[in-house]
Amino acid sequence: MADDVATHPPVGRQRRPFRLTRIPAWIGSLALLVLFLAGWETYVRGFDVSKFLLPSPSEILQAWMEILGTASLWQHTWITAWETILGFVIAVIIGVGLGAVLGKVPWLEQVLNPFIVATQVVPKVALVPLFIVWFGFGMTSKVVIAAVLAFFPILVNTILGVKSVDRGHREVLQSLNASRWQSITQLEFPSALPYILTGMEMGVVLSIIGAVVGEYLGGSQGLGNLAVRQMNSYNTTALFAVIIHLSVLGFLFYATLVGCRRFAIPWHESVQVNRK
Amino acid sequence: MMVDADAGCAIRIAGVEKQFETPQGPIRALTRTNFPVRKGEFAVLLGPSGCGKTTMLRLMAGLERPTSGVVEVGGRPLWHDERRDDGAVANMGVVFQEANLFPWLTIEDNIALPLKLRGMTRKLRRERARELCRLVGIAGFEARWPRELSGGMRQRASIARALSYDPEILLMDEPFGALDAITRDAMNLELQRIWIATSKTIVLVTHSIPEAVFLADRVVLLSSRPGRIVEIIDVPFARPRETDVRGQPEFQEIADHLRHRLEH
Ligand SMILES: Nc1ncnc2c1ncn2[C@@H]1O[C@H](COP(=O)(O)OP(=O)(O)OP(=O)(O)O)[C@@H](O)[C@H]1O
Ligand SMILES: [Mg+2]
Repeated sequence: MADDVATHPPVGRQRRPFRLTRIPAWIGSLALLVLFLAGWETYVRGFDVSKFLLPSPSEILQAWMEILGTASLWQHTWITAWETILGFVIAVIIGVGLGAVLGKVPWLEQVLNPFIVATQVVPKVALVPLFIVWFGFGMTSKVVIAAVLAFFPILVNTILGVKSVDRGHREVLQSLNASRWQSITQLEFPSALPYILTGMEMGVVLSIIGAVVGEYLGGSQGLGNLAVRQMNSYNTTALFAVIIHLSVLGFLFYATLVGCRRFAIPWHESVQVNRK
Repeated sequence: MMVDADAGCAIRIAGVEKQFETPQGPIRALTRTNFPVRKGEFAVLLGPSGCGKTTMLRLMAGLERPTSGVVEVGGRPLWHDERRDDGAVANMGVVFQEANLFPWLTIEDNIALPLKLRGMTRKLRRERARELCRLVGIAGFEARWPRELSGGMRQRASIARALSYDPEILLMDEPFGALDAITRDAMNLELQRIWIATSKTIVLVTHSIPEAVFLADRVVLLSSRPGRIVEIIDVPFARPRETDVRGQPEFQEIADHLRHRLEH
């Protein structure tokens, strides 16, 4: 009897036990962030850490707000964004185009595969100085670096996508006498699209890295260059502010592509939209 | 006599053999087989799993090339060496063992895909797809993604897709395998109705003896290892058949005979 009461609480007192997992995940994330920043702030203030080593979050935020008001920041932002976008678009065009061909012609893929693998294992960031030697200190070298870095994930995922077209789907079109072109537009492209988008999501992050690393090492423009200049003048607070700014830019690019997923492939398992 | 029978042929399979080459050696899926499908008939292929029913249907559909022998559709040979005569298959609709719907198309777009390939306008396609959804009993699901439907509903959509362009010949590979018994009976009746109304030629594959006897003009019994036709049985019941035809002694007799042959 006592057991019964314990396992079945009487109706009317429906106070469900508190469970951490019932809190929405984003509130958890936010709480964690606040906790982290508060810890950081307390540490810096409590131990009186030197500003040159680690500025406090509030100081960084203030510095960021200040540079946001300057015209030169927006000019640098524009340059970095432009390099990233150009490099990324070039990578998408060549990566998807070549990937589609290699996916369709297995012989060619086998011939090129050792080279693709070889170029993938080369730490491409190490090639950056070379690109600067070849393409100069201007925007071109950064665009090339951004393109090269983004190219490989896009290529590899496109090949995979084109090769994973379902055999049953192919036979449906075969039985319907679809033309070569129809089978590309109706079957191969839509079926490879989720893979291509995954490649692009990986690629866009790499292109912004490419552009910034290029700016670190050569030239006089862009957010990467701005960061290096702050470092050289020991202005760690401003350096942090630029890093925050860069992160926001990177996040915007990535979020844009993830948003594309919902429009481009609403049918896919990776998209959980409630349709009514 | 023979000439007459051949003239009324929708599909003719003559001396056809099919062997699959695999890394473990060749598999003989079908030994020398002759089978003329008469124009307008309802033929049912029946046999145990792995006996080559799907293979035979795929040979008729031009999805598989015979190792030897000739497949003719409407009097035209399907294969010229390695090349398939696409004109010969234009009048055939195939319902596959799996629904094979395109996940990126809504149900109505899947159903209307053959019409899209034939260049029909969007408005007419929509109308036709709606009509077909009602026919196969999935009305209200036109705008859904295939992944939002049950297996049986997806299979019905794939039947609707094959019906959409009104092909003269319908090749169906276990189209009702994923349905519950009640829906299956209803679909059998519906298929018979469509067949009578449109005078199509239908070749249907099934595991189910009652389904075979209920639907067929002729039941083609296959056996395995190697796949071959062991018997062709005429089913004489008048059309349209009602579900209760299954209670008749003659029906039981044919079914028992088939069951007996399948067990040996
Ligand atoms: N592409 C293929 N490659 C190799 N072997 C195959 C291939 N397709 C079919 N087979 C073989 O041919 C034989 C007949 O296969 P088939 O699919 O025609 O059988 P089925 O009668 O349709 O069986 P089920 O009722 O289970 O669908 C089987 O032994 C199978 O292993
Ligand atoms: Mg089969």
